[in-house]
Amino acid sequence: MNLMGFDAALPVIFMALMGVSMLVYVVSDGYDLGVGMLMHRATDAEKDVMVASIGPFWDANETWLVLGVGILLVAFPKAHGLVLGELYLPVALMLVGLTLRGVAFDFRVKARDTHKKTWDRLFFAGSMLASVSQGWMLGRYVSGFGTGWNYTLFAAAIAAALPMAYVLMGAAWLIMKTEGALQERAVQWARTAWAPMIGGLVLISMATPWVSATVRERWFALPEIIALSAIPLMSGVALLAVAGLLRTRAVRGPLCWLPFALLIVVFVLGFLGLAYSIYPYVVIDQLTIWQAASSPAALKVIGIGACISVPAIAGYTVFSYRVFRGKTGELTYA
Amino acid sequence: MDALILARMQFAANITFHILFPTISIALAWVLLFFRLRWRRASQRGDAARAQGWLDAYRFWTKVFALSFALGVVSGITMSFQFGTNWPGFMEKVGNIAGPLLGYEVLTAFFLEAGFLGVMLFGHGKVGERVHLMSTFLVAFGTTLSAFWILALNSWMQTPAGHEIVGGEYHVRSWLAVIFNPSFPYRFAHMLLASALTCAFLLTGLSAWQVLRGVGRRSAAPVMRTGLTLAAVLIPVQIFVGDMHGLNTLKHQPAKIAAMEGVWNTERGVPLLLFAIPDAKERRNHYEIAVPKLASLILTHEADGEIRGLNDFPDAHPPPLPMFFAFRIMVGVGVLMLAVSWLGCWMLRRAKWQPQQLPRLLLWGFAAMTFSGWVATVAGWYVTEIGRQPFIVYGLVRTADVVSAVPSPMIGLTLALYVTLYLALIVAYVTVLKYMAEKPDAVLATEAGAITARIAKGGAA
Repeated sequence: MNLMGFDAALPVIFMALMGVSMLVYVVSDGYDLGVGMLMHRATDAEKDVMVASIGPFWDANETWLVLGVGILLVAFPKAHGLVLGELYLPVALMLVGLTLRGVAFDFRVKARDTHKKTWDRLFFAGSMLASVSQGWMLGRYVSGFGTGWNYTLFAAAIAAALPMAYVLMGAAWLIMKTEGALQERAVQWARTAWAPMIGGLVLISMATPWVSATVRERWFALPEIIALSAIPLMSGVALLAVAGLLRTRAVRGPLCWLPFALLIVVFVLGFLGLAYSIYPYVVIDQLTIWQAASSPAALKVIGIGACISVPAIAGYTVFSYRVFRGKTGELTYA
Repeated sequence: MDALILARMQFAANITFHILFPTISIALAWVLLFFRLRWRRASQRGDAARAQGWLDAYRFWTKVFALSFALGVVSGITMSFQFGTNWPGFMEKVGNIAGPLLGYEVLTAFFLEAGFLGVMLFGHGKVGERVHLMSTFLVAFGTTLSAFWILALNSWMQTPAGHEIVGGEYHVRSWLAVIFNPSFPYRFAHMLLASALTCAFLLTGLSAWQVLRGVGRRSAAPVMRTGLTLAAVLIPVQIFVGDMHGLNTLKHQPAKIAAMEGVWNTERGVPLLLFAIPDAKERRNHYEIAVPKLASLILTHEADGEIRGLNDFPDAHPPPLPMFFAFRIMVGVGVLMLAVSWLGCWMLRRAKWQPQQLPRLLLWGFAAMTFSGWVATVAGWYVTEIGRQPFIVYGLVRTADVVSAVPSPMIGLTLALYVTLYLALIVAYVTVLKYMAEKPDAVLATEAGAITARIAKGGAA
């Protein structure tokens, strides 16, 4: 790959596009799922506001998952079969979770009052099931689907940690989008979720090199380690800033958006670290992106479409967020 | 059971569940746009009573749309994963063709509808009237565009064209030929009309239920009139398009027609079987009731026209039993739709478009037909998809060659999980629709304040 022609660069472009889609999905549906997992702690009136705060967005947020998996499917068909074959059961469980969560949005406000509680429970359960499954899948994927007790333990640890990260995102979202008593509770929820999330993050950062030799060699080599240390350091600073902010008065007022923004930074940094660990593999140690890619002709056709439509998608996503900016009022169909 | 059958059952379960909801939402999106425009026109003319009826209709059916759309989205997401989990070989073989088509669906249509749905559902009053109308239009356009791409791919799998095979791999020679493959125009038209008819009978049926229960006075009349008119106008068109689709199938997939008609041997002057039980083991039919020469007449437009039989396609034809019955169910429901919609339209017109004046028996008939579109659509898709077997890409790639290596107990377990979930959700959907129809005021009350405020601000203009 010394002289990287355009055809050889195409899979890299698509890998980047897939990664960004997955990142946008994890951040955007992360807060949706987080809010869902906080549902059972809220009063009935608060539940309505919480759902209203994510109601206009969740659908488009989930579409990024479809795009990410879609790119895996169309640009890296060989990897798609391998990855989804390995993750068969957790994928099915995640889909059941996402289905329950997705339909509960609509059923909870349309069903008979006596059934609303059931749908709220399913909303919570679906969000939890999807988050845990995604954590497990992430753990299995990062460790290259290795077999052995340490790999299982590793996947289990991430399955427990990712929901915590989502809950923290969800709480930060609510701090930004709500006011009064609910905002106050959201601050408390964020403080509760902070410590376990940090614990999980540290554990995973230490365990990843332990389960994967490739990752170990990548990170613990001079001089890379010096430049790379920026990633954990900046994440640490951002997370400490979140913890500090949660104790201030400003987070209830003008700085209500800051914890959410800082957490996005943490997710982006984590994503960059992960990308560095894995590249140029699409399945670590097994399949590089060039081995897994479709023909350059097919990639070009999709590429043209992506060049036109992705900016448009970004445009109307921004438009939608602007329409529903500010604190969430009561959400009504009209 | 072997993994192939289980994988097919699982995919069939998911795709059957999925198609129920886009079938409603593709046409309902346009109907909502129609309700909006009618409301606007009535308001501008100062006809407050009529405007209120259209507004009620718009708001009520927006909720039905939101619910249907959500169910379509979640089952669609499941499908995007099942391509890989169930048919990993499919993308490896024809990914260069199927990939871009699916990619374009997500990029151009899926995002469009999902992005503007939030604005359409919750943005009225937050954005200007024009922007909101535009959002409603874009959602409707997005759902139709989505159908365009998916049906282009599906039709390519039925009647592949525009590709070349180089070293065992499929490459595109002409995208126009791939997209506008021989069966695509017919299948696309047939599906859009199926969606419109499903939606029309849903509109009619739920309104009839409201009239029977004495609720929804303001909106039941205009909605039922819309639904019945739509059905009465489109069902003859659908029968005509369906016939052309059938002729197209005879030309490109003769084995499918042979299975639909239960024809074993290639013959001239083939009778139309009204009833039979095709037996794939003995390779003959039991209990035939037939009209002489009619099948030849319908399919070839000649009484002595030749139809090729299943025995001409050894080991390469679909199982005739499900095809034979699914086809008859689809046609039967279609004929029933024709009778009910024409009778209903005529009666409703005689009743001066007042559904309260209709005989209760007719209203019960409408209510019974509420989900008739689902039956016909699903039966029709079974004919199309089972009729493609044993190929996944007709004549080129066999389904058995692309199935996943996941052990069958695992597929069986997840199949049971999905089926349980889907059945529960269908029951919940129908129950909630019935509940909403019976309590439209409760459904609409929560937002009355917001609407009144907006109208006071002159938002109707």
